[in-house]
Amino acid sequence: MKGGSGRRRTLPGFGLTMGLTLTWLSIIILLPLAGLFLKSFELSLAQFVDIVTSRRTLNALKISFGLAFLAALVNLVMGGIIVWALVRYRFPGRRIFDAIVDVPFALPTAVAGIALTTLFAQNGWLGAPLAELGIKVSFTPLGIFVAMVFIGIPFVVRTVQPVLIDLDPEIEEAAASLGANRWQTVSRVILPSLLPALLTGFALAFARAVGEYGSVIFIAGNLPNVSEIAPLLIVIRLSEFRYADATAIAVVMLLVAFLVIFAVNRMQRWAQLRVPAH
Amino acid sequence: MSIEVRNIVKKFGDFAALDHVDLTVPHGELMALLGPSGSGKTTLLRIIAGLDWPDSGEVAFDGENALSRAPGERSVGFVFQHYALFRHMTVFENVAFGLRVQPRSVRKDEATIRARVKELLDLVQLDWLSSRYPSQLSGGQRQRIALARALAIEPRVLLLDEPFGALDAKVRKELRTWLRSLHEEINVTSIFVTHDQEEALEVANSVVVMDKGRIEQIGTPTDVYDNPQTAFVHGFIGESIVLPVEVDDGRVRLGDTPLNIAAERGNMGPSKLFVRRHDMQISPPGWGGLEGTVRRVRTFGPIQRADIAVSGNRGETIIEIDVPRDRELRDGEVVGLQPRRYRIFADPA
Ligand SMILES: Nc1ncnc2c1ncn2[C@@H]1O[C@H](COP(=O)(O)OP(=O)(O)OP(=O)(O)O)[C@@H](O)[C@H]1O
Ligand SMILES: [Mg+2]
Repeated sequence: MKGGSGRRRTLPGFGLTMGLTLTWLSIIILLPLAGLFLKSFELSLAQFVDIVTSRRTLNALKISFGLAFLAALVNLVMGGIIVWALVRYRFPGRRIFDAIVDVPFALPTAVAGIALTTLFAQNGWLGAPLAELGIKVSFTPLGIFVAMVFIGIPFVVRTVQPVLIDLDPEIEEAAASLGANRWQTVSRVILPSLLPALLTGFALAFARAVGEYGSVIFIAGNLPNVSEIAPLLIVIRLSEFRYADATAIAVVMLLVAFLVIFAVNRMQRWAQLRVPAH
Repeated sequence: MSIEVRNIVKKFGDFAALDHVDLTVPHGELMALLGPSGSGKTTLLRIIAGLDWPDSGEVAFDGENALSRAPGERSVGFVFQHYALFRHMTVFENVAFGLRVQPRSVRKDEATIRARVKELLDLVQLDWLSSRYPSQLSGGQRQRIALARALAIEPRVLLLDEPFGALDAKVRKELRTWLRSLHEEINVTSIFVTHDQEEALEVANSVVVMDKGRIEQIGTPTDVYDNPQTAFVHGFIGESIVLPVEVDDGRVRLGDTPLNIAAERGNMGPSKLFVRRHDMQISPPGWGGLEGTVRRVRTFGPIQRADIAVSGNRGETIIEIDVPRDRELRDGEVVGLQPRRYRIFADPA
């Protein structure tokens, strides 16, 4: 990526937009992150390791990242199916369902948390029948998972939807006339074409679920080591004025999140290479 | 394999895209489907390929009902107008696709598939592109890959929807000749849609002219050009001079002027006189018959083209004719016009 050096470009304004972009991203994103890192240097390495390897921290991180990953996986599959139905079929109420997908985006997270908690409480509409089956959702890790699925779904649907709409139906017809059955057409032609979008949707849903706080703490029960998410632990440490502890956990979250996003990004690059934009 | 299409009707809502179409394509034919935009060409191909179903009528391959078969079971190679290549697959994998999705019981082993794909890429002369992705190809190359992909399944029918539509004139010409020789080589029953009549007349064994969901004429290229059966075909194929005339009792009049040409049949009322541009000769005026005033003369190389105003009772009509360079024409000059060959079709409108 050599900037505007010498080569002529059709679009002017490279220098200006590039400069603005870098400045803006630095102020909005990099500066706060740098602050976070600096703060964590107030701790010695031993202290830092102590904090992040304490049982409570490790469990909180495990819960946050593990459940977020599972929730993103579920959203990937369910979101994919929902997108398919919304784009490919015409059924009564399609527009309403399409609009409903955005509800988790729009709802204040606290409202979502309360709604989900009520719904899945032992006497709630869904909680009661589940309780009969011996499944407890509210105030358990399962509840966290449910909240994470809830808030993540629009990310997958909305990233894949435009790509699927743009997918040329002739591609499928070509596959069919070459003798592919329905399953082969989906697995060999449609899914690979959607792969970059699906990965983006997955990454966004995952990132959102890791960072989710509002809706989760209502339904989680927040038992240390069992249903306490990392962001909550950070808040707790802050309220105890243990800023350095909070920062250490935050740094770990930041690093893991960064690694995951980076990995997904690499996969996207790889997938995109195989489906170059026209 | 021969294709028989019988009495096909295909409606989109109230609109009949195909209106009782009958067509027989003998084995080994290379047939061109010509017609204006929206005349139903693509729809007809899609129905033959099984990508669309007719409301009524039959399609048979070698006498066997084809409509009950899924597209993949028809052994039809379809080349889409916009190629429809799989963007996430290399050229090689695109061509191999039809072989890889075969049912396990008949699927060839990897080595055979590779050999076959290589053979096809050689056939379309693009072996050197096998590891590229479709987005890295030129239009003409994509077109040939789409063709190789369709040929991979050893189709018994090849359908090409405006195969050269998106290409420039020079590449079209190249690919046209190439398609012709390819067909001679593999001799698979083929139908190709085109907007370009020169292409149709030059490449095909037979030509089908469609208009408004109906077949207007089927014949050899010469036949369709020399003996158009309908006014539409005469106007659509080749360039024609068209004059509104009146025919009664075998006599032809332009406005009030009787023309010294004969109509084939008796009383047709309002009609259209069709003359090929090169069939209209200049003669001295005043001998009765058609006369016109020279409006504008242009020369292109060996020929000279003149706009001539002919007045009839439906007002003045400007016709364009080709005149040899040695006949000098002046603006405003009145000339006589004598059609060497002509056709008259009733025009009730
Ligand atoms: N899916 C569809 N829904 C509604 N109308 C359609 C559909 N497909 C085709 N038509 C109509 O049927 C008619 C014939 O279409 P078709 O695509 O067969 O034309 P064509 O001869 O291939 O034209 P072109 O040369 O422009 O490709 C057109 O008027 C078109 O608008
Ligand atoms: Mg068409």
